[in-house]
Amino acid sequence: MEWETVIGLEVHAQLATKSKIFSGSSTAFGSEPNTQASALDLAMPGTLPVPNEQAYRYAIMFGLAIDADIAKTSVFERKNYFYPDLPKAYQTTQLEKPIVGAGHVEIELADGTKKSIRIHHAHLEEDAGKSLHEDFHGMSGIDLNRAGTPLVEIVSEPDIRNAEEAVAFAKKLHSIVTSLGICDGEMSQGSMRFDVNISVRRPGEEFGTRTETKNLNSFRFMEDCIALEVERQIDLIEDGGKVVQETRLYNGDTKQARSMRSKEEANDYRYFPCPDLLPVVLDNDYIESIRQTLPELPDARHDRFMEQYGLSSYDANILSGDANMAQFFETAAKASGDTKLTANWIMGELSARLNAEDQSIKHSPVNAEQLAGMITRLVDGTISSKMAKQVFEAMWNGDGNADEIIEAKGLKQVSDSGAIEAMVDEVIANSDKQVDNYRNADESKRPKMLGYFVGQIMKASKGQANPQQVNEILLKKLNDLI
Amino acid sequence: MTHSIKDNPITDKKAMHQKTIADIIAGLNAGEFTSVEITQHYLNRIKQLDGTYNSFITVNEESALAQAEAADKRRAEGDAPALCGVPIAHKDIFCTNGVRTSCGSKMLDNFVPPYDATVVENFANAGAVVLGKTNMDEFAMGSSNETSFYGPVKNPWDTNTVPGGSSGGSAAAVAAHLTPGATATDTGGSIRQPAALCGITGLKPTYGRVSRWGMIAFASSLDQGGPMARTAEDCALLLNVMASFDPKDSTSIDREVPDYTANLNQPLDGLKVGIPKEYFEEGLNPGTEQAVHDALAELEKQGATLVSISLPHTKLAVPAYYVIAPAEASANLSRFDGVRYGHRCEDPKDLRDMYMRTRAEGFGDEVKRRILVGAYCLSAGYYDAYYRKAQQVRRLIKQDFVDAFEQVDVIMGPTSPSPAFEFGAKGDDPVAMYLEDIYTIATNLAGLPGMSVPCGLVDDKPVGLQIIGNYFDESRMLNVAHQFQQVTDWHQQAPTGIDVEGAE
Amino acid sequence: MTIERTDIEKLAELARIELNEATIAETTQSIADVLALVDQLQAADTEGVEPMAHPTDAVQRLRADEVTETNHREAFQAIAPATEAGLYLVPKVID
Repeated sequence: MEWETVIGLEVHAQLATKSKIFSGSSTAFGSEPNTQASALDLAMPGTLPVPNEQAYRYAIMFGLAIDADIAKTSVFERKNYFYPDLPKAYQTTQLEKPIVGAGHVEIELADGTKKSIRIHHAHLEEDAGKSLHEDFHGMSGIDLNRAGTPLVEIVSEPDIRNAEEAVAFAKKLHSIVTSLGICDGEMSQGSMRFDVNISVRRPGEEFGTRTETKNLNSFRFMEDCIALEVERQIDLIEDGGKVVQETRLYNGDTKQARSMRSKEEANDYRYFPCPDLLPVVLDNDYIESIRQTLPELPDARHDRFMEQYGLSSYDANILSGDANMAQFFETAAKASGDTKLTANWIMGELSARLNAEDQSIKHSPVNAEQLAGMITRLVDGTISSKMAKQVFEAMWNGDGNADEIIEAKGLKQVSDSGAIEAMVDEVIANSDKQVDNYRNADESKRPKMLGYFVGQIMKASKGQANPQQVNEILLKKLNDLI
Repeated sequence: MTHSIKDNPITDKKAMHQKTIADIIAGLNAGEFTSVEITQHYLNRIKQLDGTYNSFITVNEESALAQAEAADKRRAEGDAPALCGVPIAHKDIFCTNGVRTSCGSKMLDNFVPPYDATVVENFANAGAVVLGKTNMDEFAMGSSNETSFYGPVKNPWDTNTVPGGSSGGSAAAVAAHLTPGATATDTGGSIRQPAALCGITGLKPTYGRVSRWGMIAFASSLDQGGPMARTAEDCALLLNVMASFDPKDSTSIDREVPDYTANLNQPLDGLKVGIPKEYFEEGLNPGTEQAVHDALAELEKQGATLVSISLPHTKLAVPAYYVIAPAEASANLSRFDGVRYGHRCEDPKDLRDMYMRTRAEGFGDEVKRRILVGAYCLSAGYYDAYYRKAQQVRRLIKQDFVDAFEQVDVIMGPTSPSPAFEFGAKGDDPVAMYLEDIYTIATNLAGLPGMSVPCGLVDDKPVGLQIIGNYFDESRMLNVAHQFQQVTDWHQQAPTGIDVEGAE
Repeated sequence: MTIERTDIEKLAELARIELNEATIAETTQSIADVLALVDQLQAADTEGVEPMAHPTDAVQRLRADEVTETNHREAFQAIAPATEAGLYLVPKVID
């Protein structure tokens, strides 16, 4: 019998503010532990929060981008639980009156199908610190630099039906927040984290009991984790068992998941409005002024890429999805002047290398100008496609830009027609037998026989002859002999 | 313990502690004495007398003298801010950079803040000299000062009785003339009730008037700092410094601070005084009632009109408060977990054990009780019946006052149902203790300013008259209190036993 | 609303306060007394009354996004129960 998977996502995106949501501490990543934890971040007695306006602006930008209502009055509440990385033992978050109301996000699947995923709401909250699990004489170390970093938590409706949709949705959110510039999207640094609620049911039946797998920080992990959890739930039910509502942890390295806590052990969070903070009241003018500042969004950019660069919908999707990717493409295409070739190199060689090394395009060792420089030499015939791969490899390894590498490695292809003609003549002169065969062969078989001559010429030129010119001149000269 | 005033060659200096803050400023300005002299005088008195009253947790002898010296220097240079060289004391709830701030709790017995509360900063900027940190009920939870980790404060009027709470240390220190003025805080009556029981003047300003930054939170939507002194005029001088708009406190109100001494001498002609009938019902000590009536009659003589009013939801104030305050406190006090500062239990066997024992050891019974009550009122299934309901009642209580202030300028009644009671009298019965604040709690719920001024003695124990004002109407309240103090001398009465020999 | 020992135990767990076995009955009773006091609220007619979280009608101010804090780790950790390598130490955290 068939099973249907039901998935809902809760996505935490760190907002790209300079300072924290309630204090003037820096949010910079990677500093020495606890050097960015102020008295407030450490929950010292008597300290009080004052909210960061930029965090509100960013949350509102997200809301406007997903066509959601922006709350005129939003309220912070306290969510109470004890954990060493939560210094106040409550998280300041929004529950009853979140800043962003219901909205929707459109996704496109590989087969071109489009689907709308509803967003229940999105709210502002503060991030927790980190517990470091290295051993300090049997103790754990707590770093509170991250505590108080602003987050927008985006909560979807359970509209997602499989891992592909989940990943497409997650990627679309990534694309929206990076395009808006409200989140740097650095998944490996935890800038975006995904909690996945999964249940299975027979089509048409009520929702099944769901589990929540927390803190996934890569699209691949999400895909693998969903497959694993769906399989676990189906096996469990088919074996006569029951899914228990619980929180689970997935380890992307071992590809294994385990239960963290069941609902029975779940906290009673005792939410209530934070008395240290007042309601935030916004008017229409304020919200409209933010709408005016919205940059181009992924859907609009996708359509523009198709029109402006003549890309297929599929290619446009890949190139416009990630804001950094889109910027890379546009910069490189403009500089190289060859849109199609630029698109192919980005989606081919560059993406493959980035994926293999788990690197984002923002941190690509080959930048857009470098790639364009290489493509320019490919287009003007200085190098062949084969040489281009060598040049790319050298650029990736930090050997400089294309022209420097071409020069240093002596990779210039010979496009001097006189020189090529001389080489062709010499090869023909030394290949009487092959020329005879060619002359006597059926016309339809002749193209296949060219390979021998080309090979000999390229060998003579040490691989540097322009293959296109070689082909043209060779053909002309052989045909003259017929 | 009693002392009598004997002939003494240093009578002038003995008189020093009888001076009001206004007198001290005048004396310093006139060069009659220096800040170092008066500071040393108070430090000596604290040394000699506070063993009896226990009103201070920490005395800053060295830094106080250094501040006094600096103040004298500033004055000599012609740069004397408002309270230059005037000694005061801070309730041990205000964080003081480099000086232990315990909040009356074992939990913070070792806590030395690396920052100052805004209130502390304001007094430092005004040139005040800080004698020390005063005793208080643990985390400001109490009405008798019996919950302090540092032992109870004794009421200078009768050391067998409580000074009230939670600002009992500040109240007793002012009453015993160990400081001319002190800071305090009021969440449900913690300035006004001890002021009444110790026979001094205390003012809780409008919510948002005084910054809460660096003031250790009990119940954030109710807590408000304010001054305690012997006279209304002194309270005005202290409030001038204490009140400020503070961008670091989201609930601080951005509104100009007036000169609270400017209107003290306005006549009371035409003043309409609301007398809520609910404040004179059962449970009120007859002696207290008589003293309050006499005070009201005195004000009538000065031209005030008494208007009978009703605050119909008065009876619900204590129940609403004991949901809202514990609920907020239960979250506010969660940060005391033994991780970053304060007490941590010995050899925790795991994380849970560290939390459970640290908090069991660090908090006293009343604090624990309120945390548990607060957790209950917010827990799943009870939120609507308790917390939400209390918030709705809070609005009804506020509306009572809003309606009343349509008709009257100020509201008056008793501060506390009876004079000071003996230690242990309500110790086993939290509910009886909670009813001590029956007349003061509603103003905290509404965020209104309230003050207590001495208005009589019952069995040689002081009684307080409560004056409740409209929002930001502190100037008028101080004016009324000052005018009352021009024609009465209750505020000049002092307990016996506070004058000692040899205070050089 | 009656409250029993098990309720108190649950609350103590939520609030992370170890109960004293010797006084747990007393604690339960005193909390029951307080709840009896606050139960007087149930008699109030609050139909249609908007809950009030703050005494004034003020609204929140927002601050500009500026880094105003500097590193005071040394001063902050000088008053901490246990630190090492700039970290606060706690008994092993197990997820």
